[in-house]
Order: sequence, then structure tokens, then C-alpha cells
Amino acid sequence: MSSKLAKIEKRTAYLLILPSVLLVFSIILFPIFSNIWISFKNVELKDLRIPEPRAKKLVKLIKDNPNQIKVIYKLRNSSLTQEITNVKFKDKYPDSIEPIDLDNKCQFKSNLLKCELGNWPKKYRENLEIVFQNTNNEEISKKEIKSYKPKLSGKSQNILLTYEFTLNNFKKVIKDKAFIDLLSTTFYYTFFGTIGAIVFGILAAQMVNQKFFGRTFMRSVLLFPYVAPVVALAYTWELLLDPTSGTLNNLLINYQIIDGPINLLGQKYVTLNILGFDFKLRLALTTVIIFEIWRYFPLAFLFILARLQAVPKELYEAADVDGANPIQKFLNITLPQILAVISILFMIRFIWNFNKFEDIFLLTGGASGTRTLPINVYQQGFSIGDIGMGSAVSIVIVVFLLIFMFIYFKLLGKRADEN
Amino acid sequence: MKIKNIFTYCFISSLFLFSLICIWKILVTLQGIELTNFNFNKLFTFGIVLCLINLLIGKKLNLNIKITILALLFSIFDYFISINLPIWYSFGIFLISLFFFNNIKDYDKNFLSKNHSSQKLFFNFLTLFGITLFSFVILFPFYMMLITSFKTQALLLLNPLDFSINFARGLPELFKSYFVVFKDYNFGRYMLTSTIVSLGTVIITLIFAIPAAYAVARLNFFGKNFLSTSILIIYLFPAIVLVIPLYTIFSQLGLRNSIEGLLIVYTATTLPVAIYMLQGYFKSIPKELEEAGIIDGQNWLGIIFKIILPLSLPAISSVALYVFMIAWNEFLFSLMFLDRPNTFTLSRAIQFLNVGAETPRQYLMAGSVVVTLPILIIFVYFEKYLVSGLTAGSVKG
Repeated sequence: MSSKLAKIEKRTAYLLILPSVLLVFSIILFPIFSNIWISFKNVELKDLRIPEPRAKKLVKLIKDNPNQIKVIYKLRNSSLTQEITNVKFKDKYPDSIEPIDLDNKCQFKSNLLKCELGNWPKKYRENLEIVFQNTNNEEISKKEIKSYKPKLSGKSQNILLTYEFTLNNFKKVIKDKAFIDLLSTTFYYTFFGTIGAIVFGILAAQMVNQKFFGRTFMRSVLLFPYVAPVVALAYTWELLLDPTSGTLNNLLINYQIIDGPINLLGQKYVTLNILGFDFKLRLALTTVIIFEIWRYFPLAFLFILARLQAVPKELYEAADVDGANPIQKFLNITLPQILAVISILFMIRFIWNFNKFEDIFLLTGGASGTRTLPINVYQQGFSIGDIGMGSAVSIVIVVFLLIFMFIYFKLLGKRADEN
Repeated sequence: MKIKNIFTYCFISSLFLFSLICIWKILVTLQGIELTNFNFNKLFTFGIVLCLINLLIGKKLNLNIKITILALLFSIFDYFISINLPIWYSFGIFLISLFFFNNIKDYDKNFLSKNHSSQKLFFNFLTLFGITLFSFVILFPFYMMLITSFKTQALLLLNPLDFSINFARGLPELFKSYFVVFKDYNFGRYMLTSTIVSLGTVIITLIFAIPAAYAVARLNFFGKNFLSTSILIIYLFPAIVLVIPLYTIFSQLGLRNSIEGLLIVYTATTLPVAIYMLQGYFKSIPKELEEAGIIDGQNWLGIIFKIILPLSLPAISSVALYVFMIAWNEFLFSLMFLDRPNTFTLSRAIQFLNVGAETPRQYLMAGSVVVTLPILIIFVYFEKYLVSGLTAGSVKG
């Protein structure tokens, strides 16, 4: 009896999860695996259109003969790069109509016109003309003939489904001189974006954890940048930082802090003189990182605040009795309490900043030294149009991602052991 | 009383006062008023003097009278060193200094001789200053977005620092950019598309996720543990590695430029987190309730609909709001899959506006307000639900 119940339970469970599993499998897992397939192929954006045989049907009346009619099919291969083999043609006609002197490629049987049109090379064009007559001497309706649409079918090689593979994409990715620069930009962006977001998150959480007027309002406001659409925010920042008419530059010039406008998003390097040493700072990248911090510190704030509110008050009271100063209290009580949250947060944010595409794309488009790996996927795949290369770069991202995830789950497991 | 403590007290307090005044001055500048100097030296020195006076008076005077006098002194001083400024500017200075002296009114010789007084002072001021600065830095871009959309091209070029609203121009003139955006740039249509796509994603995701989450939370089956760990792993895969294969598959299936295609992708990408969030909540519902349902002769469907769903409405609403937010804000897939203007979502339409011909910035900002406002209203109104959604779903973002 109980085994029967267990069986029913199992079956219900599979039934309930099946739709979700299928959807996630086809839209997320399958594409990740097909990335591997595509990355070993030489595919370009223009190859993606499947070649189709097409026919345009024109019907013409013959002047002297009302019960005859001429039908012209304008045939063409839609692809400019690939051939179509074994093209078959089918069209229907009204009753009591039959062709006069039919092309030997075609057959007419019980109102159906069928043709075997053979192989069409790329850019192929041809006209097929057939004259029809009415067997019962009535006038032929042009409209009726036009109302049927011809059907064509043919075989073409889908470049994605062939078994030709190449290693060229990966060779190009790794041999590219900019690859090291690409990696270092990505890591620079990811690392400082993550650290910055966490530091500001801690600061904000410390502030909001105290009692003051308008605290709940403040908590909502701090989350605004994270909740609002990235498109709107990125363009607002672009206007804000604009060198000629942007608010920030005008403000700084107005207060005589800088002499001339700085193109914060368009200048690759700026040389800073600190204590007599010249530092080369990557300006546009730094600006993008600041935007990143501005947009994502709310998340760190939210997590750390939740953790701070769970820290027992007695700990602080005991510290007061011991005569600890605020810095000591932060370092010896608060920090150890939030350390676990911070480490998890760091890993998650690191993974996500590593894959961040929209922010940089909208702010700089990857120009002036802000090209990271995800931007490169887009540029290779869609700006240059080399889908295979884009896929190869995606694979590089996936490999890094798997390494990060491995570390992340190790960390998560270790933390679970400790608890 | 240590000399060092007095010194740090004066220095930190005056610096804090000066920073507050700076933020106020920047705000005043952004109202189009010409102000080109922070007057650091004079204000900072005078601030130190006033802090010392505050310390000397201590509690000998009524505290309210003390702070009013000090604040008045400071505003008058500021009035004389800055010329030709409107009266509301000085009134603002007065309020700020009142707030400042109110914060230091309790400090006297006794306080400064306590342990760690200078550190405490520093952190108090850091908190106050931090709150002001954070609010300013966070809200300013939103403020700028809104005000720019009320301007005209000529006004924007005339003084890029003028962020005041001139109501004398009349409401139709102020809202002109919005009329243009909706009429000439078709934003009504994009808004409809965005709404349909976001609501559709919410509904389909819930239809798929609720049964799956229930199965993972409650039923025993082979591969359950594997499934619940893989949900999280799948969720960590970013959109950028899916984009190329999905693009190739969708172009060959003719699903690009269609709302259906977008709905499928959005649902699939939000499904793992929805299942993850819901199953956690379902697990917290007492099993006895369901057992009672089974005794009453309910089948699985009845249990889900009559017991689980009504009890987990809060969790379902936070999932729904979170998914809505993701779908509404989504940009990458809409950029990839939509290239015909009649299928654009709002995000894609704004990007198209920016990339296309020289679109005047007030239209761009009006569009940005149109896409931002609904989500902010939803956020403020349903903050409790959305925050719990954000916390649970923040593995990704």
C-alpha cells in the first residue's frame, strides 16, 4: 500500500516539475552547451539565415484569348551564400483548368502542379512560365488563380548542423594581443567594483543601523539605484558627466576646482601627480567602476544591514563596560559578525560583476579602455559579425565562471560546516 | 581636559559644518544662482571660533537660546562675505547652522574629558555627514533626470547648472517633452509592450514555478537533491553566455522580433530564482495542514490551490514583484532580439533614441522618467515585499 502511495507521489512530483525542467533545459542549459558547438565552427552573422527557395506568382491575361491565361513564377534562392538542393514546387489550381504544353520538369495531376526544379546555386533566379486554358470555355478568374500560393521546399546545408569544426576561433582568442589587456581590464573592473560596493554597503548599513529621523525613508532611497532600470540611469550619468554641457564638469569649473572640462567617459588615461610620483589612472574605467559601485552598493547594504540588526546588543554593552572605543567596537564586534556575509557577498558580486554587460555597454560601449570580456562577446558576435568568435569568448567566460562557482560552493560548504 | 581633545573637537566640528554648507551651496548653484566660491578659509576659521564659544558657554545659558544665537552669528557672517544672494539662501544657511549647533549643544568641558570623546564625535559627525552625502549622491541623478525632462533645448544650453523649474512657463510647456515622446516617438506603444511582457512573464513564471517549487519542497522523488542544488547553479549563469546561441536559434526559428520569444527567455531566466524562493517558503508551512487536507479527500491539485496558495500569498507577491522588476528593467535580451521598432520594449526604445539621430536630451530624459517612474512607484508602495524578493534573489543582479 505504502509503496503504491510512494509511486503516486513520485509520479506527481515528476509531473509538477517537468514543465519547468523542460523550459530551463531548452532555454538555459541547451544554449550553454551549444555555445561549445558553435565556438568550434566558422559561422558568421550572415550565415544564420536559412536559405529558402522563393516564388512570386504573377498571373497575366492573354488579350485575344479570354479562356487562356499565363502564369509566371519568379523563382529565386533567397541566400547569397549557399545553394539549395532538390527544390520541389507545388501549386494548386481551380477545377477545369489545365496547362498547355507543360515544361518537362513539371507534372499536372488532379488540379495540382508539381515540379522538380533540381539544384539552385546561390543567388539563383529563374522565371517559370506556363499557359493554362479552361476546358469548359468559360472565362478564367484571375483572382481565383492568384488566391492559391505556391509551396516550395528544398534542402540546404545549415551551417550550424554540419560536422566541420575548426580550432581557429580559440587560436584567435588566445593569440590576440589584446587578450591579456582584456583579461586585466575585466579583473580590474570586477575586483574594484566588488570591493567598492561592499565598502560603501558597510558604511551605509552602519549609518542606517542607528536611530535618526527619516530612517525608513533613507532605507528606501538607498535602494533606488538598484531598483531603477539601468538604461535610464546610464544615460542620466552620461549627461551628468558630459564634458561640454554636463553638470559635474560645469560645477567643478564653476568652483574653480578644475581648469578645463574632463572627459570622464571618453579619456583612457589620466596622469596624476601624487607626492612627486606620476600615476597613470585608467580614467574611463574608473568612472565606469564608480557607476557600478553606485548602482550595486545597495545590495551589499541590504545584506549587511540585515546581519547588523541581528547582532546582539549585549555585545556592545559589554564593550562599553570594558571601555572600548568606536573603532575597537567596529573591528572586534561588528566586523567578525558580518564577515561571513561579506565573504559570500564578495563571491556573488564578483561572479556578477565579472559578467556585467549592460552598464559598460550603455556608458561607453567598450571604448576608451573599458572593454571587458562580456563586451567582447557582443563586439565579436554582433559588431564584427563573427558568431563563432563570440561563442569562443563566451566559453572563456564560462570556464572562469565554473572556477568561481567551485570556490563559491566550497566556501558555502565550509560555512555550513561551521554552523 | 586635554588640549588635543579641544583641538580635534574644533577641527572636526568646523569641517563638518563647512561640508554641510558646501552641499547647500552646490544645491543653490544648481538652482541657477551664480556662486563661485566656497570661502573655505573664512568659514572654516569662523566655524572654529563659534565651536570654541559653544564650548565656553557650555550649559550656562538656555541651550535653545545658545544655538539660536550661534546660528544667527554664523549666518550673518556668511551673509557679509557672500554678496548678492537671495534671502532664502541665507535662511538655508541659518537652518543648517541651527541643525549643526543643535548637534553640538551638549558638548562642554566635561564631555571632552571623557574617554574616546574625539572618536565618538568623529563618528557622530561622520554618520550625519554620510547620510546627507549619500542622499545627495543617490538622489541627484534622479532629480536631474526629472528636471531635464521639463526643460527645452535652449534653456539647457543657456545655463547647464540651472535645475530650477520655472512654473511661469505653464504646464503644457513644461510637459512638452512627454507629449513629444508619447506622440512622435510612440512611447505609448512601447509602454504597452513592456507592460504585457512584464505581466506575462510574471504570470507564466508563477504557473511554472508554483507546482515545481511545491514538488521540490514537499514530495519525495529520485533526483530531488540534485535538482535543488542545480537550480542555484543554473541561476548563476549570466545572460551574456546565453546570448549568442539563443540569437542563432531564435533567428533560425523566426522567434526574433516577437513578444513570444522575449516571454520564453524571460520566463526561463527568472524561473530558477522563483522556484528557489517559493520552495523555501513552502517548506515553512506546517505539514499537518496538508495532512488534514488529504484526510478531507483533497488531491494534490486541491492541496496546492486550497491550502498552499492562500497561505503563501506574501511569498508569491514578493516573487511576482521581483520577477516584474527584472522583466521591466531587462535590457540585454531586448537589445539582441528586437530590431523592429514595432516590437520594442521601453528599455530598448530609449537605447534606440540615444543611438539614433541626435535626439534632444530632454526627450531622452522624458523617456527615462517614463521607464523609471512605474518601477519606483511599485517599489515604494510594495517595499516590504520587494525587499524580501531582492534579498532572496540577490544572488543575481
